[in-house]
Order: sequence, then C-alpha cells, then structure tokens
Amino acid sequence: MPTTRINGRPIDVNDEGFLTVPEQWDEELGAALADLVGQPMTEDHWQVIRFLRNDFGPRQETATLRRTMTVGGFPTRELFELFPGKPAKKMSYIAGLPKPKGCV
Amino acid sequence: MKRLVILGGGMAGTTVANKLRAAVPADQLHITVVDLDDTHMYQPGFVFVPFGMLRPSDTYNSRHSFIDDGIELVLCEIDRVDPQARAVHLNDGRSLPYDHLIVATGVQPRPDQTPGLVEALAAGGAQEFYSYDGSVRLAEALRRWRGGHVVVHISEMPIKCPVAPLEFAFLFDSWLRDKKARDRTRITYVTPLDGPFTKPVASRELSDALVERDIAVETDFAVERVDPGALVSYDGRAIDFDMLVTVPVNMGADWVARSGMGDEANLVECDQQTMKALHHDDVWVLGDAGTLKTSKAGSVAHFAIDVFVENYLAELAGREPEAAFDGHANCFVESGGGKAMLLDFNYDTEPLTGTFPFPVVGPMSLLKETRLNHLGKLAFRWIYWNLLLRGRPIPMIPIAMSMLGKKLEGEAAANRPVRKAAPAPAVPRATARTSAPAKPSRPLVSPAAKPSPVARAKPTASASATASSPAVRTTYPPDTRKGTDSKADPATVLDTPIIPKF
Repeated sequence: MPTTRINGRPIDVNDEGFLTVPEQWDEELGAALADLVGQPMTEDHWQVIRFLRNDFGPRQETATLRRTMTVGGFPTRELFELFPGKPAKKMSYIAGLPKPKGCV
Repeated sequence: MKRLVILGGGMAGTTVANKLRAAVPADQLHITVVDLDDTHMYQPGFVFVPFGMLRPSDTYNSRHSFIDDGIELVLCEIDRVDPQARAVHLNDGRSLPYDHLIVATGVQPRPDQTPGLVEALAAGGAQEFYSYDGSVRLAEALRRWRGGHVVVHISEMPIKCPVAPLEFAFLFDSWLRDKKARDRTRITYVTPLDGPFTKPVASRELSDALVERDIAVETDFAVERVDPGALVSYDGRAIDFDMLVTVPVNMGADWVARSGMGDEANLVECDQQTMKALHHDDVWVLGDAGTLKTSKAGSVAHFAIDVFVENYLAELAGREPEAAFDGHANCFVESGGGKAMLLDFNYDTEPLTGTFPFPVVGPMSLLKETRLNHLGKLAFRWIYWNLLLRGRPIPMIPIAMSMLGKKLEGEAAANRPVRKAAPAPAVPRATARTSAPAKPSRPLVSPAAKPSPVARAKPTASASATASSPAVRTTYPPDTRKGTDSKADPATVLDTPIIPKF
C-alpha cells in the first residue's frame, strides 16, 4: 500500500487513493481530499461527512446510502445532488473511510 | 433446564436445531423452532426453475419432516421479541419465554422498497426469481419470450446468494443459445457495484465470461424507480427493457424492526467471529439475518453454525467458548452449458484461482468453468436435504477456509494473511444466568397454547416495519481533532497523491 503526501502530510492510502487508516483523517485533510476530486464543500456537505465519521466509529464499517438515509436522515436524492455521480464513493473518499463494500 | 428458542426454520434454523438436539439431552435443553408455515423452500433451486432445470415441486419439502424428534415446532407469525423480558410474542397471542435466542429468519426480497417495482411485477414487465412464486411466474414468462432487451438487475447490496443474478444471466444466455434464439435477445447486467465481480482476481478471471457471452454491463447503478419499460437511476440514467429480471432489495424480517433489534435493513448486528448479537444478551444470529461481512449464503450459514455449536456447547458445559468464524464461503456459480465455477473465500482472502479442496488434484477448479463444478452444484440439492439440514458433515469441505490449492499472486502472496488466534469473546456465561423454572415439555407442533394472560403492547408507531423512512437529522459541530501522520519511511512517500476516478 502506498503512502502519499496530501496537504503536506504523509498519508497511507490504497491503490485507488482511499485512506487506509481512518485516524489519519481530520477535517482539514477532508477539505484537501474534496479539492483533489473537485468537490465543492458547503455546510450541507460537511454534515454528511460528519455523520459518516460518527457512524463509522463504533461500527468500523462505512454507512451505505440506505443507512445514510434511514439512520442519518439524508434522503438519497439529496446525496446525489450534493455529491453528483457516485455519492457513496465520493462521500467515503472525502471522509477518509473505506468505500462501502461489495461482494465477490 | 435451559430454553432455547430458534426463530426461523429454514436452512440455518433447522440445521442448528438438529445439531444441538443430537448433542444435548432433552432434559438439559428444550429447543423450540418458530416459523410461519410448514414449507421449507430450497432457495438455491429457484434460479433453475425458470429454465425448466428443476420442477417447481423440486424446490420445497415439509418443514417438520426435517426437524428431528424432540424439537418443538411452532407454526405462527412472530409479532416481536422483547429482549429485556426474554420473550418471543407470537401473532396469535402466545408468548415463548427463552434463556437463549437464535435469530435465523434470514432476509426476504422487498420489492416495495423500490418505487414502481410492485406495479411492474404485477403487470409482468418486471420479474424476479428470489421467491417460489416469482420463479414459477418467470418460467411462464420465458416460455412466452420471443426476443427483445432483458435487463438482469440487482437493486441494492447486500442480497442473499450474491452470485445468483450472474447465474441467471449465464443460464439465460445458455438457454437462448440452445433454442437458437440468442441473436433475438439483448442482455444487460445492471449492478449497484462498480463491477460484476468486485474482488481483483475474480474480476480478472470472470469478466471475460460476460464478454464471451455478449452480455453488456452497466455499473454503479443506484436505482431510484422502475417506470413502465424503464429502469431509472438517481443520477438520471434510464435503461429501457422489454423484460426486467430484478433482485429486489433484501431486508431482514419485519419483527426485527418491530422489536427495535435491527439496523437500517432489519439485520441484527452481530460479532464477526461468534455470531453473538452485539446489543442483546444471550441472542445469536445465524444464516442471512445478521451482519457478517461475507456472503449471505447457505455455505456461510453451514460453516458459521459449526463454530456456533462448538461455542454454545462449551458455554453450556461451563467452559470458555473459543471457536472463531473466519467468514468462509464456498459458492458454486452455474455458468450455463452444463458447467459451473467455484468460489472459495473468507474475510481475509478474496476468491483465488487454483484447485479445491486439494492442491493439483482438485478435483474442483476455482474460478474456472468446468463440468465437475456443475456436477458439484447438482449434487448440492441432495446434500442439502440429506446431510446439511440433518446436521451431518459434508464430505471434503472444511469448516475453516483452507489455503490448500489456492494460487496466491503478487502482493497477496507476499502478505499472506495470517489469522491471529481470536480473542476470547466476552460472552456472559450461560451457567451464570438464573434459569427460568422448568416448564413441562410441550408436544411437537404445539396446538394453540394458552394465550398470554397480559394483553400485549402493540408496536409503537416509531417501530417502523420497513425501516426505510429517513431519520431525524442530528446537527454535527465541526470536528477539531487532528489526524495522525503516517509512520511510513519518509523516503517512500509519494509526492503526488493518487486521485480516484469517479
């Protein structure tokens, strides 16, 4: 797994660029990650990212879009507006969390 | 005497009941299995029914005939569980007290979770094969099929038997070729994941399987609704179809939501190695109903049950439970033309190529289409009814995944995962619990037992049956904690960040 310099700090990532150590993340780094993928961040965006971080803590698993809706209160349609294209992946990338897992 | 109540008499519930009945005398453990009806569905058979490879009547048996003597079978719908009072409340007013509870009610397809799908299924434009009725209807629809665009679709992960939609696509392709009608049908495979196979080796080995069959793939498709004749995603893509074969959202049972015991998909959160419920004492989750980070599949249930039984017997005997589940899954994937592939993996090891269960001689091949794998899949129906449900071991298949015969590649070979001995889970001792006074044993298949004298509290409005409405939002203040830096050798740090492509 590579280590790259992001925002002047050495950060462990996987081959796709997702953080592999969630503890290396802070909001300043999150802002830098959003910048890297060209994602503008407003307070609405940060609320989603903070929900994901808070939810990950005890579960050690990134919330799916369904969980972000039913537990976090963010309707899926709104997530697609905030993070256009592939919200689940963009959100987890900016939050410094693994992308929601698939299978096989 | 302890009272064990098992909710669900499918593959997991039946198997664990039979194993425990054989291992523990009836005067030490009273076992009750609760299910809705007396029909045990052989769910792996559903994918074969549309193609006439199995008759509908080959996919079920009576539930009670596979549940051993000395196990009470109660046929009734579950209203809810009260984990504090340790009681299961049934819809007919009965209550079953328990010392230990096993949740084995699985997951069910929920077309109601996707707007427009219930209507499309009723109108016949959409089909599904995750239920008995659905697979029979789909067989009928295929008999009338004259050509057009077929979309094979997964609504949302996780689903049980995650390879089934691929199997359907492969079998459909093969069925059309046999009828010399493949050129009149276009097939598109639509998935919410970023590929049909998401692990690197399986993806490389199997992506050709779709290309060779001329099956198009549409990835990252988060379905918003089904319109008449079109599947529409949240990001505005619309895929027209003449027939949609969808796997609806899969969710745990509604009683889980009514009891406040589940997550957003009505799954009961459980320990990855012991299957013990995380938030409730003396509750375990077996089969598809929990949150193990591996496939929801019969093989997983089978391996997990062996680990559970070992631990449970240790607890009953006052010993420390030590067995740990490794997430082992072993899945045959029918690929059509009388061949099948075999996947064998666990929490740490992705599906790899090689031979199974022995190096070189196999006889099964991993991630390759072979006739022998197909025979293995066919043999599985016999194994299911005659060995699996009876709690007998399956020949040649180890409980813990083995690296024997698997080919490691590149970095994986260098960093071969070594499983640490599992920490002894902090499980309350079964013997420490004061047991309920012994009750006289009940007859098998109890007739209406006396209703609970206390009127049951009705589920409150907040205990939603579907768990799909948005929650009230919390407002989060900025997080001012600082992140730690990587401890990697500064000389190895790349100056250019890796930017993912979305």
